[in-house]
Amino acid sequence: MIRRIPGLDTKAATDLAVLHPFDPNGSTAPDGLLVSRWMAKLPLWTPLALAALIFAWPMAALAQNFTYGDAFDTLLRWMPFLIKSGFLFNVLISFFAMLIGTLLGTALGLGQISLNPVVRWFAWAVTQTFRNSPWLVLLFIVLLAFPFEIVIGTVIIPVPDWMKAVVGLSLPVMANISEIVRGAVISVPTAQWEASESLAFSRTQTLWRIILPQCFKRMIPPWMNWYAILTMATPLCSLLGVEELLTLTRQAMEGADNHPELLVPFYSFALLIFFLYCYPIARLTIRLERRFMVKL
Amino acid sequence: MAESNWTPDQPMVSAKDVHKSFGSLEVLKGVSMDVMKGECVCVIGPSGSGKSTFIRCINGLNDIQSGSITVEGQEVNDPKLDKLSLRKKVGMVFQQYNLFPHKNAIENIMMAPVLVLKEDKDEVEARARELIRKVRLEGKEEAYPGELSGGQQQRVAIARSLAMRPDVMLFDEVTAALDPETVKEVLTTIRDLAEEGMTCILVTHEMGFAREVANQIYFTDRGVIVEHGPPATFFKEAKDPRTKEFLSQIL
Ligand SMILES: Nc1ncnc2c1ncn2[C@@H]1O[C@H](COP(=O)(O)OP(=O)(O)OP(=O)(O)O)[C@@H](O)[C@H]1O
Ligand SMILES: [Mg+2]
Repeated sequence: MIRRIPGLDTKAATDLAVLHPFDPNGSTAPDGLLVSRWMAKLPLWTPLALAALIFAWPMAALAQNFTYGDAFDTLLRWMPFLIKSGFLFNVLISFFAMLIGTLLGTALGLGQISLNPVVRWFAWAVTQTFRNSPWLVLLFIVLLAFPFEIVIGTVIIPVPDWMKAVVGLSLPVMANISEIVRGAVISVPTAQWEASESLAFSRTQTLWRIILPQCFKRMIPPWMNWYAILTMATPLCSLLGVEELLTLTRQAMEGADNHPELLVPFYSFALLIFFLYCYPIARLTIRLERRFMVKL
Repeated sequence: MAESNWTPDQPMVSAKDVHKSFGSLEVLKGVSMDVMKGECVCVIGPSGSGKSTFIRCINGLNDIQSGSITVEGQEVNDPKLDKLSLRKKVGMVFQQYNLFPHKNAIENIMMAPVLVLKEDKDEVEARARELIRKVRLEGKEEAYPGELSGGQQQRVAIARSLAMRPDVMLFDEVTAALDPETVKEVLTTIRDLAEEGMTCILVTHEMGFAREVANQIYFTDRGVIVEHGPPATFFKEAKDPRTKEFLSQIL
């Protein structure tokens, strides 16, 4: 996988520091990896326990009320559909939103450290705007502002709702990636800039050859953390009628006459799938964070 | 431009009445210095007197407010200064080595000639291996900075600067972070360089080295050059009371 470099991701042989620990928000800022850290702390058997709970609960209720058994049967019947036509779309949306958010966010983050004050200010303003806006509001704006089809000459390209959701969700991700990039770059000691500049490297060369390779690995854990957050935010799209897990869950329950007994098994199942997907990501995030962190 | 007028009998580095402030703090208050080709100049003085600031001005890491610094006739205090062309001529070694931690020793040395000077990779590699031998680090080519001792890192840093074939080398207290044993190996490297005729400007606290190797010694205090002269006269016949006091503390 990734090559290990002594002094960068393991302890250095000398006591002289080569790199400060990555800290995008300053030492007093709240923990940037809070979500992953919390999730990763849960023991490995948590998903099993959760699953057991969900499946055992209707069983226990079986004796008293017959419809809980039905509810469980219904869920079993719907499960493949919920996963294939529902959760897969959540993953798809999260994947593309992350892709767009990462590309735009990287550009924006580099803009934030540009020497040109106009570029810097613009990148900063865009970053702050989208970082501090409610995700749902952004989603609604994009959904309503975007045309449902794009006409180029005689070619009509339809824009399905889930694509709009991708754009809407990529905006806050972009802003947060921008901050990650900016933070990672300024976490590299200025001495590295000076050493590089005094070897006649241009600013662009310094950034791409010297600075970014040093902090690239430090960006991976916060980046993955944001992926987990994004994935867990994808059910927001159901409010806009995008077909994804939560939308289909509601439809499935309606199809089964909306018995109140369906609520717990169905929503718990949705929760479980998200957990099963995000939990390994969180564990990996924290593991990488430990590995890439240089203690001074 | 002025550059083309420069001939080797003129000073290679020439500073005239250099003033430099950080905000309202005036750090250099009219510093002048001429360094001829092949000379080795040592700058000594108490902490905070502006030694680092001065030599960082020579390669444009700090800009100056007034006065003039020329390197081979090229004016550093010029808004249209081509910093890259200046820095190709001036090598700099720092107290904290500042090697690139993600590259091993030989890559650290090869990077700038390959990427900046766009030289042929194989040629540069041959030169880099030669430089590694020169700084006595055979066998450490593939080692990362994190695997090298301070003295070894500093010698890689010197080799890295030399790989650009600079005309002048600046050394800012390059042995200050090293233990006495390793100081010697680094100073030997620098002495060899000076003896080969490299123009060197060193900020140092190593008086023994200054006495032995320097052609000129400059003593700075509070942003001015108080006194300068060749080592023989400087150490024996210091005139200024500030110099005397400093020398009595340090020798
Ligand atoms: N970037 C900076 N911003 C503000 N003040 C600075 C900066 N760099 C240096 N100074 C100040 O300039 C003065 C001279 O610093 P300088 O580093 O040149 O001293 P020095 O002679 O090299 O000392 P030392 O022997 O401790 O290295 C000091 O008072 C220092 O606080
Ligand atoms: Mg200094």
